[in-house]
Amino acid sequence: MAYSQSLPMRDDVPEPPPFITAEVENDVRAKLSATWKEKSGFYGWLTSTNHKSIAKRYLVTAIIFFILGGLEAGMMRAQLSRPENRFIGPDLYNQIFTMHGSTMMFLFAVPVMEAVGLYLVPLMIGARNVAFPRLNALGYWMYLFGGLLLYGAFFFNTGPDAGWFSYVPLSGPAYSPGKRIDIWAQMITFTEIAALIGAVEIVTTIFKLRAPGMSLNRIPLFVWGQLITAFMIIFALPAIVVSSTMLATDRLIDTHFFNPAEGGDALLWQHLFWFFGHPEVYIIFIPALGMVSSVVETFTQRRIFGYPAMLLSMVSTAFLGFGLWVHHMFATPLPQLGQSFFTAASSAISIPSGVQIFCCIATIWSGRPRFTASFMFVLGFFFLFIIGGLTGVMIASVPYDLQVHDTFFIVAHFHYVLLGGAVFPLWAGFYLWFPKLTGRMLSERLGKWNFWLFFIGMNVTFFPMHILGLMGMPRRVYTYLPEMGWGPLNLLSSVGAVFIVASVLVFLSNVFRSLRFGAPAGENPWNAPTLEWATTSPPPAYNHLFIPVVEGRDPLWDAAPGELSVVSGLRTDRHEGLVTSIMDAIPERRYEFKKETILPLLLAIFGGGCIAIAIFTPWGVTVGAIMALIVLVGWFWPTISPDHDTPVARARR
Amino acid sequence: MMATRCRVQLGTAARFTLPVFALTMSACSGFQSALDPKGPRAAEVARLHWTLTAIATAVYIIVIGALVYALWRASTREPFIDEHQYHENPDQAGVMKRGVIIGVTATAIILGVFLVLSVSTGSAVATVRGDKPLRIDVVGHQWWWEVNYDDPIPQNQVKTANEIHVPVGRSVLLKMRSSDVIHSFWAPNLSGKKDLIPGHETVTWFRADTAGVYRGQCAEFCGYQHAKMAFYIVAEPRVDFEHWLDQQRGPAPKATDSLTQTGERVFLSGACAMCHTIGGTGAGGNIGPDLTHLASRRTIAAGTLPMTTGNLAGWILDPQSIKPGTKMPPTQLDPQSLQALLAYLGSLK
Repeated sequence: MAYSQSLPMRDDVPEPPPFITAEVENDVRAKLSATWKEKSGFYGWLTSTNHKSIAKRYLVTAIIFFILGGLEAGMMRAQLSRPENRFIGPDLYNQIFTMHGSTMMFLFAVPVMEAVGLYLVPLMIGARNVAFPRLNALGYWMYLFGGLLLYGAFFFNTGPDAGWFSYVPLSGPAYSPGKRIDIWAQMITFTEIAALIGAVEIVTTIFKLRAPGMSLNRIPLFVWGQLITAFMIIFALPAIVVSSTMLATDRLIDTHFFNPAEGGDALLWQHLFWFFGHPEVYIIFIPALGMVSSVVETFTQRRIFGYPAMLLSMVSTAFLGFGLWVHHMFATPLPQLGQSFFTAASSAISIPSGVQIFCCIATIWSGRPRFTASFMFVLGFFFLFIIGGLTGVMIASVPYDLQVHDTFFIVAHFHYVLLGGAVFPLWAGFYLWFPKLTGRMLSERLGKWNFWLFFIGMNVTFFPMHILGLMGMPRRVYTYLPEMGWGPLNLLSSVGAVFIVASVLVFLSNVFRSLRFGAPAGENPWNAPTLEWATTSPPPAYNHLFIPVVEGRDPLWDAAPGELSVVSGLRTDRHEGLVTSIMDAIPERRYEFKKETILPLLLAIFGGGCIAIAIFTPWGVTVGAIMALIVLVGWFWPTISPDHDTPVARARR
Repeated sequence: MMATRCRVQLGTAARFTLPVFALTMSACSGFQSALDPKGPRAAEVARLHWTLTAIATAVYIIVIGALVYALWRASTREPFIDEHQYHENPDQAGVMKRGVIIGVTATAIILGVFLVLSVSTGSAVATVRGDKPLRIDVVGHQWWWEVNYDDPIPQNQVKTANEIHVPVGRSVLLKMRSSDVIHSFWAPNLSGKKDLIPGHETVTWFRADTAGVYRGQCAEFCGYQHAKMAFYIVAEPRVDFEHWLDQQRGPAPKATDSLTQTGERVFLSGACAMCHTIGGTGAGGNIGPDLTHLASRRTIAAGTLPMTTGNLAGWILDPQSIKPGTKMPPTQLDPQSLQALLAYLGSLK
């Protein structure tokens, strides 16, 4: 029953005799390949429901949005590089900073983290696909359409211009006539549907499709991070679902949720928005922590120190993350005692963050680091994120925040947190997993250029902003007067942005170059411990040839050298996977995954059309809903074999 | 106008290694700076800033020091060859556990100190000092500030815009509301922010201990011209302040010579009077700022331009190129009318 597999970079270990013969292996491989083969061509591309195809699309789309958001940032830096610059006027500037924030938060950060999760989670837990493959495809299409709606509108000069936070009444019907804010609100609807779908996928997949033996205390920290994040999405997103819908109805059908003149309240929006908006930051940050764990473990060749502490600190960050939204509202009329509570909660986040950092430092101390590009990015994470964390504690103080709130100090703070705390780990993860995704190694030399240019550029761009904020420069201003004295630091900051652009160009050239000329990666080029490295690079459509059996927290390190137990006996003539119990991952049932279909795209077109046309006429909802209903009939039509969900014998191992 | 004197030392080498330290090194004074306090509220926060910056710098140096030490220690080790060296050995485990516990305990203690500092500063600045504060009402508009000095006697009430005169050494209590969207009142040399929210009345206070002119500006994004919504706080000795208040209380000076009389006619017969008030004349519009004592103010259009005749002419003829999106429409005037109008407005001391 055990299946031996040689792990690369361990040529000193003699290869044990295979228990499963090469013949059997080849036979299973041929059958699985035939069963999991997807339709080719453009139609095949439209109908794919394989988690890896979908996740790669997510990833590429998110990176494109990252570049667009970055270009917007570059335009802002150009405009602010000197006082009274006439490069772009207030109308375009307001659209651009709104687009930048909305793009980076809704179209880049959250989707990119989910993309990495949707690609890696099934591989890391030994599943053949995500739990609901068609839903997953729907999520991607909704996300894509939301992004296209926003950018389509922007190129027709209808980009939203009330900030990514869209405070009412400025974003309300009285002060933002036209369609700009409606576009924003509906883009939110699209992306929140996509994010919720991704979250449901990840929770279900992790809870029910883990490889036998992967009990809760053996789940890799990266997967835990994804699970915790998915729960945060499920609890945080409803607040923005409600508030963006209320904003849309205020604007489109004259409800008065936020209109003080009719008994509504402008502050209600802020509570609802930040109840989503602050957890959102941790929705971005916690998956990044998971990536940091994976990278540290791999490049120190040491099991991460303090697994329970790391895990509990992620969980407590997630809980605390819901209890500090008011620190965005310290300047509003709220009672002082209540505000102090949020000071305490906000600063308390630094305890679990501290646990994470100290455990990582301890792991590094005990290991033997390899200074690869990936590991360098994690080191960059420490250098930058700690600065953002420390300024984060400072601004948790109510009186301090009242001075720096809505100034460039805050801009500096959260760019240190988000670039340092999420983009650096993301890059680290990209350099770690790119070989798995593509089968080719990225250039380490270009990777280090990528790192240093970004690290320097990021500091030159954002560090001066701390000082600018204290010198009185508010955020979201399209210009400033020469006598304010903000010119030199702004110019310095804009120069830093050039380094960032150069870094991203190096990154892109590295990717394109390596896709063609990169060294072949092999199964496990870094000698990493988790299950995604126990299959070919790139993985076949069915992921693992045999579903692995997990015997420790770091399966590829814990298994007897060169051996990995596997499950056999699953059907190879259909998309069959194994459902296991939540706690101990004991096999419970066989499960047939849905196959590829055009339905998700159709549903996205009709459902999305319903959302988009509603901007112009409420009839969009009626017509779109009927069309979507027809697709849903097809969606729920029983198509798979009646025994798709059959119990398995308990003792099989 | 005041020149800012900013001495920002960018410790070039220090900036990459010790960024928080560079912040400590940068000193800045200015007429819109949180680190150049001119009153008790801002002073308390500036003190808090330096304390917190010092603590944060120390924490940063220690944590990064630990990281660098760990990297150095680990890099000098022989690469692992043994297959089973993926776990730390028991000796290491003890040290690591102690290290993490010390780190987390230190974090918790520092947070305790931080909370005490934060709450004590917070309560020190929260309540108005002095028993008879001067009460001023502020109304936020897109994109200017309406300022009202309340008085039980109606004819003693003063209405002005974008310029708040206060006596040195006396606490000022601002009652604020907004006529349209959310704005935020911020004069960094004197105090932190307070939002002006439609449907809510908010209150803030400050005290200027040094005479001077301090700039503030809207700190909550409020639309098109959020960037050009500034105001000035003029802190002056009590006598000067009383004198200013007396002068502002009266109606506009009567137009005496023929030029200003023509100007007044231009004002009253044109579009101006539909939006602006000039006390003592028929002009009673309340969409734009009250112009009764326009010429006594330092700037035009909420801190956008210094108050000069040339700027005023430019503003009247083509405000949209100076402050695109402002509610003030362009005005077509023949040169004589413009000269007369400027002379009249210039007489509104």
